[in-house]
Amino acid sequence: MSVLVFVESKNGKAVKAGLEAISYGKRIGDTTVITFGSASTEDLAAMGKYGAAKVLVCRSINEVNDQQLTKLIAAAVDDTNAETIVLAQDPTGKAIGPRVAARLGAGHVSSAVDIPDTSNNGFVVKTNVFSGKAFAHVAVNTAKKVIAYTPNSLPVNSEESTAEVMEFSPDVNTGGITVKERKLQEGSVAPLPEAELVVSAGRGLKGPENWGIVEDLANSLGATTACSRPVADIGWRPHHEHVGQTGIAIRPNLYIAAGISGAIQHLAGVNGSKTIVVINTDPEAPFFKAADYGIIGDAFEVLPKLTEAIKKFKASNN
Amino acid sequence: MKLLVCISKAPDTTAKIAFTDGNTKFDENGVQFIVNPYDEWYALVRALELTEANGGTVTTITVGTNSDDPTIRKALAIGATDAVRIDAVPKDAYYVANQIASYAKIHGYDIVMTGKETINYNGAQVGAMIAEILDQPFVSLATKLDLQENTATLERDVSGGVEIVEVSTPFVLSAAKGMSEQRIPNMRGIMAARTKPLQVIEPVASEELTSVVSYSMPDSKAACKYVDAENAEELIHLLHTEAKVI
Repeated sequence: MSVLVFVESKNGKAVKAGLEAISYGKRIGDTTVITFGSASTEDLAAMGKYGAAKVLVCRSINEVNDQQLTKLIAAAVDDTNAETIVLAQDPTGKAIGPRVAARLGAGHVSSAVDIPDTSNNGFVVKTNVFSGKAFAHVAVNTAKKVIAYTPNSLPVNSEESTAEVMEFSPDVNTGGITVKERKLQEGSVAPLPEAELVVSAGRGLKGPENWGIVEDLANSLGATTACSRPVADIGWRPHHEHVGQTGIAIRPNLYIAAGISGAIQHLAGVNGSKTIVVINTDPEAPFFKAADYGIIGDAFEVLPKLTEAIKKFKASNN
Repeated sequence: MKLLVCISKAPDTTAKIAFTDGNTKFDENGVQFIVNPYDEWYALVRALELTEANGGTVTTITVGTNSDDPTIRKALAIGATDAVRIDAVPKDAYYVANQIASYAKIHGYDIVMTGKETINYNGAQVGAMIAEILDQPFVSLATKLDLQENTATLERDVSGGVEIVEVSTPFVLSAAKGMSEQRIPNMRGIMAARTKPLQVIEPVASEELTSVVSYSMPDSKAACKYVDAENAEELIHLLHTEAKVI
């Protein structure tokens, strides 16, 4: 089966979720990448490692414009005769995937967590629904299919291979949206939706001035910080850190939650995490039911101890 | 200014998630339905604020059966001018988008607004599909919206940060947290909602591009393993050797 994977490029680099989407595409069939921007030909060829046989790059587009990128992807579908189009389920994928599907008259599945089941001539994709509390198995009834893949659901492909890189410049016209300003988070840690390690805290921390111990632990791990809804609502932490049903849903490898009781709405945003560690003074906190590891104790005492233990662990492993 | 806000019903955020009919249908037994929070708190309330400041109308649109009427009345009680319900079972995102776009094409709106996703299907698809069918720009995950004449300035979430973008009407947006604050309808709003127009119209013909075959639940977790609060090293050891995440 011929697969086309859209990979977003930011500041001349492919985004991590896009590389994971290539891996996912490779599990389905022969994979061509469509991308844009100023990444070097060497970097684009290196997408072969994730499973791309060919990379089409449009050099005249440098930012995310939903109308232009939709036309670009549709032109690449024509060029490659791809039957399945894969994007990452991230902010860009959400803006473009459904547009591409509507343009092609293709059925669209978002939040895919596994490769399509093609037994009995079907095409059924397992997806996250009810904020991660259940899965839906969705059949796509059209010849062309658009899938948005949820990052960190499957292992990433790695092979000794380089992709063939070709310039691709269809007419994409202009789009109606102009980007005036871009404010990206500073620092080297991954943004929350991509983070593999997350340290999160809630009202149990008693005030924004106490977040130092949360950040210390996150720094020692190389983790990204997050928070519960009440903490974002009262302004202790920025909104973009709010994980949960009405914030963002994440699925890191490790989620450490301190001073968060674990309301059902919070769990909905984090229950896709591979490993959950809960630290709470209340042994009855509902979060312990969803946890893999629990510490009944005061975050003010436990977090600094964990930070020390991580530092010791890192020192002995180097 | 004419604004169209897409309203969907969703199970209350504390609802128990279960399935019936051989795991092919969501079990609605005992479930309280609410207006999808993203549609209500962010899209609808911001639309009301804009028309209160600049004049204009806010129409809500829903693809659903008469079981959706209570949630539509709630949106009217919060302040929408009138409501349209396209009388059909919503089959999939494209079906819904096609119905709404067909209506919007005839009546013409400055902005079509949706929530960023529904909290049951989490598809985040309908807004972008409406935009493509209408051939209009789509601003996804908008967290701020201001209007000067026909020019809108928006802030939107992108991976790793935010962007400030400018776009001319007409356009489509999906609203995320930050757009506005939840509004509780007052008694006058609830009374007025009873007599506000709720127009029921027939759907246009549209194919079903995807269909849910079945639902399943995640594997239940093994019991939580407790580590003594004094023994941080033990936890790090388990995360390294057992969970293999560090």
